[in-house]
Amino acid sequence: MIAIIDYKAGNLRSVERALKKLGSPCRITQDKEEILNSDRIIFPGVGAAGKAMADLRHLGLDKVLRQELEANKPILGICLGAQIILERSEENNAECLGFIKGDVELFAQPLLSEENERLKIPHMGWNGVRLQKKHPILEGIAPADEFYFVHAYYPRPVSDEYVIGTTRYGIEFPSVIGYNNLIAAQFHPEKSGRAGLRLLKNFCTWDGRYVE
Amino acid sequence: MLSKRIIPCLDVRDGKTTKGIKFKENIDIGDPVEMARYYYEQGADEIVFYDITASSDRRDIMIDVVHRVAEEIFIPFSVGGGIRTIEDMRRVLLAGAEKVSVNTAAVRDPKIISDGARAFGSQCIVLGMDVKKVEASEKIPSGYEIVIHGGRTYMGIDALAWAKEAENLGAGEICLNSIDADGTQQGYEMALTPLISENVNIPVIASGGAGNIDHLCDVLTKGKADAALVASIVHYGTYTIKQIKDELDARGVKMRMRW
Repeated sequence: MIAIIDYKAGNLRSVERALKKLGSPCRITQDKEEILNSDRIIFPGVGAAGKAMADLRHLGLDKVLRQELEANKPILGICLGAQIILERSEENNAECLGFIKGDVELFAQPLLSEENERLKIPHMGWNGVRLQKKHPILEGIAPADEFYFVHAYYPRPVSDEYVIGTTRYGIEFPSVIGYNNLIAAQFHPEKSGRAGLRLLKNFCTWDGRYVE
Repeated sequence: MLSKRIIPCLDVRDGKTTKGIKFKENIDIGDPVEMARYYYEQGADEIVFYDITASSDRRDIMIDVVHRVAEEIFIPFSVGGGIRTIEDMRRVLLAGAEKVSVNTAAVRDPKIISDGARAFGSQCIVLGMDVKKVEASEKIPSGYEIVIHGGRTYMGIDALAWAKEAENLGAGEICLNSIDADGTQQGYEMALTPLISENVNIPVIASGGAGNIDHLCDVLTKGKADAALVASIVHYGTYTIKQIKDELDARGVKMRMRW
């Protein structure tokens, strides 16, 4: 069973529906026991970092997540869930979970394309992911596959060792990050068509082991 | 690099799509769920549903449609038409829509934009704007005025000022519909679209007037639109979504080409 962590951060039903389509049993939950008894964890989220962290702490789920990270359970962060695993976010100046060393930063303005055109913020729509490293979760994903993004902030780990994939939007930013049993995507795989479903399917069978 | 989006728009009345003929494939063209799946499989980047159900006591039918669509397609889709309250928004979003669009209700009371953005996040809130070209005046300096009731009622609001205000209130995207171009198949409004798109920092979906590939190419390049809404040209089988994307890709417009 996959636990989809519910900390009031947006609509979790789309993740649930995608897993249902894949035939993977899952539960949307904030119950500690249920999370500890799950086989793997999806940590989604939309909204602001400050409120998300406050809600997580209030529910005691920050500690549960750390415990599960250390227990080597496979964990997938999505969107805001790929940001608040860093140490801090420029958004609300929030202290975050610190699973990965580094910050979450706002796209600097003005953001310009290669043709010198002004790019809008948030980064919204379909964009590609350049694989910097092989990872079991990206098995079967082709260079031309694209994913659906909606965000104004992006994760910036201190070291490239955490960067699995990058995306070009004015700058080349880390869009898939992780290490060991933790993996996180800035985009929404549950809204990214077949490529996104493939990524989720890969996660559903991943044993949480990752060696470069 | 971010792709330009091609977004088919489906009008739904009492749970049935109202346009769409000449499909060669054996699908029920009256069923919004099947139509959505058809476009999803053809490579649509997003889908817009517009509920034109007249009586409000039949709105539950649309919620049921949204539920069923959400189980079938795994790209973002939005729902507009008849959204008047935060509770209307909540029901549509909980049923599985990624975004909800407001038009007339926002013109009447802009607070629905800020309330919606606060409750669900800006990324959920699309402002639909119906616009008509008028003589530029002190009140309407851009020469484009906001209209409602399908263009029959002029609201005395400048389109550019309204777009900026909506952005400030927390709208995450604008769907810009030119009433003058709508239904003509003579091309998108090529003065209005860049005027709005270059003066806001949120994505603009151009709507109204698509008749051929040149029109789409123009609005996504010179017109500065981030996405293009298509209706008749796909519903009546002039082009498939795939043909549109192949053609635009060949012309150098960045498209999502694998799905």
